[in-house]
Amino acid sequence: MKTKTSTNQEKNTKSNDAATLFKYNQKKTNQNDTRNTSGKSTSSEQEPPSPGQLAYVRSIKRNKNMIRLLQLFILIAFLSLWEVAAHYNWINDFIFCSPSKLYSTFLDMMKDGSLPHHIGITLYETLVGFAIVTFGSLLVAILFWWNTTLSKVFEPYLVMLNALPKSALAPVLIVWLGANQTTIIVCACSVAIFGSILNIYTGFASLDNDKLKLIETLKGNRFHCLRMVVLPSNVPNILSIMKVNIGLCLVGVVIGEFLAAKEGLGYLIIYGSQTFKMSNVLLSILILCAIAMLLYMILQRIERKLSEYF
Amino acid sequence: MATPILEFFNVNFIYHTISSETLSLKDISFKLDKNEFISFVGPSGCGKTTLLNMVAGLISSTSGEIHLNGIPIENSDTNVGYMLQKDHLLEWRTIYKNLTLGLEIQHKLDQHHLDMIDDLLKTYGLWDFRNSYPRQLSGGMRQRAALIRTLVLSPEILLLDEPFSALDYQTRLNVSNDIGSIIKEKGISTLLVTHDLAEAISMSDRVIVLTKRPGTIKSIIPLHFATPGLTPKTRRNAPEFTKYYNEIWEAVHDENEDFD
Repeated sequence: MKTKTSTNQEKNTKSNDAATLFKYNQKKTNQNDTRNTSGKSTSSEQEPPSPGQLAYVRSIKRNKNMIRLLQLFILIAFLSLWEVAAHYNWINDFIFCSPSKLYSTFLDMMKDGSLPHHIGITLYETLVGFAIVTFGSLLVAILFWWNTTLSKVFEPYLVMLNALPKSALAPVLIVWLGANQTTIIVCACSVAIFGSILNIYTGFASLDNDKLKLIETLKGNRFHCLRMVVLPSNVPNILSIMKVNIGLCLVGVVIGEFLAAKEGLGYLIIYGSQTFKMSNVLLSILILCAIAMLLYMILQRIERKLSEYF
Repeated sequence: MATPILEFFNVNFIYHTISSETLSLKDISFKLDKNEFISFVGPSGCGKTTLLNMVAGLISSTSGEIHLNGIPIENSDTNVGYMLQKDHLLEWRTIYKNLTLGLEIQHKLDQHHLDMIDDLLKTYGLWDFRNSYPRQLSGGMRQRAALIRTLVLSPEILLLDEPFSALDYQTRLNVSNDIGSIIKEKGISTLLVTHDLAEAISMSDRVIVLTKRPGTIKSIIPLHFATPGLTPKTRRNAPEFTKYYNEIWEAVHDENEDFD
């Protein structure tokens, strides 16, 4: 490569353009060298990519597009098959419904405002539950980290409660707390909080002790350790636990609404199945899918933003 | 004669586990003078780090006394800086924010100390990297950053616990040379714990050899070099270097042999 450029230069000694270009290139490579020592490789931005690089990028992009296309194809194929099957009476559209029927139900319920109302209720309960779980488990985990004896005392109880199928708790909660929204939120919390505490605390406890020793050598106390090392180093862990929690809270809310609600998507499912309004049931399930996906994606975006810093 | 900055009087340390108690340091007595550099060498597990932890006030001796500037360590307000084996820069803070860590904790974030950080950054070649994150720095630069983090708190005594052991050989020579020169220039009294005899000889005024557990002082070897003003790097080529190396190697080797 080097010999090639030097022969080029010899050939074009009279041409000023080539000489300045050569100098310019050299300057650029020098810049690259100094930047590389700072750990930031900028060479890909500075020099035009080689044909091999372009081909590689193109093949990656093509693969990505194909995946998207196939995903879309599966969705469309499924909906068309469903519609066709219902239309030609291969399946009973009273029980199995059909995409077009779902769509008209969706429009009707949007028009009379009942669907936004139910979605709002479920979303509200989920988010309140999620907030309580997040802050509650963080607080308890901090308490456990502060006092390890406390964590050892409570550990077997937490493990037991975490393993317990929470749907078994729901009927009890209704009897104790009544058939109201509080019960549903408590139900949502009960599904997620025990596992959340255990996982966050495990993250706290598995921290490198030498990092805490460092704070101690700088004359910091336990509060400094918590604020400067334990919490920031656990941000990625806490975020991934939150991603799990948001899904679990939604599960808890739907369980609660099955048993104790007069509104919300869970209520819509139970009520619909009892009155054979299958379009209501399936529509609610579809919307639950969308909500779960949406909440997960929001958290994922936050996680990606923060992962640049932690 | 001025009071030594650090004195150990018959210090013992015992540590307990469920199954046993172990005497880890036995009857340790020595003095560290102002501006003096002492290295501790000895077989692993002889309590070298324990010794530093006691000076840093992280643990207390089981018996015996430790004085800082003539005052028992419990009542002393002497500033002790401690550099650990790894740099432990916090990955989510920039280099600058890492350097202010100690100041934040001790509520010393004033202009005087911030100017000091700027000066140190410029002197030790990290100014251009003040807004970088630790992962963007080489091992040697990270170690220098860790030193600055300690130096801004103006320690009277510096404790170094194998601070170069995580670096590759070439970097290690350079960084120990840099840091050794910085310490000499600032005139900070220093205790260094190391496995590397050459490192100990290249940097210290005296080398203390500890025996295997329970760690006692086997010998104290003062180092004298005919040529004045040698840096750690040039010391390695001095004629006395080999003599001291052999002497200390014999002493440490006796201890290790008993192990085998």
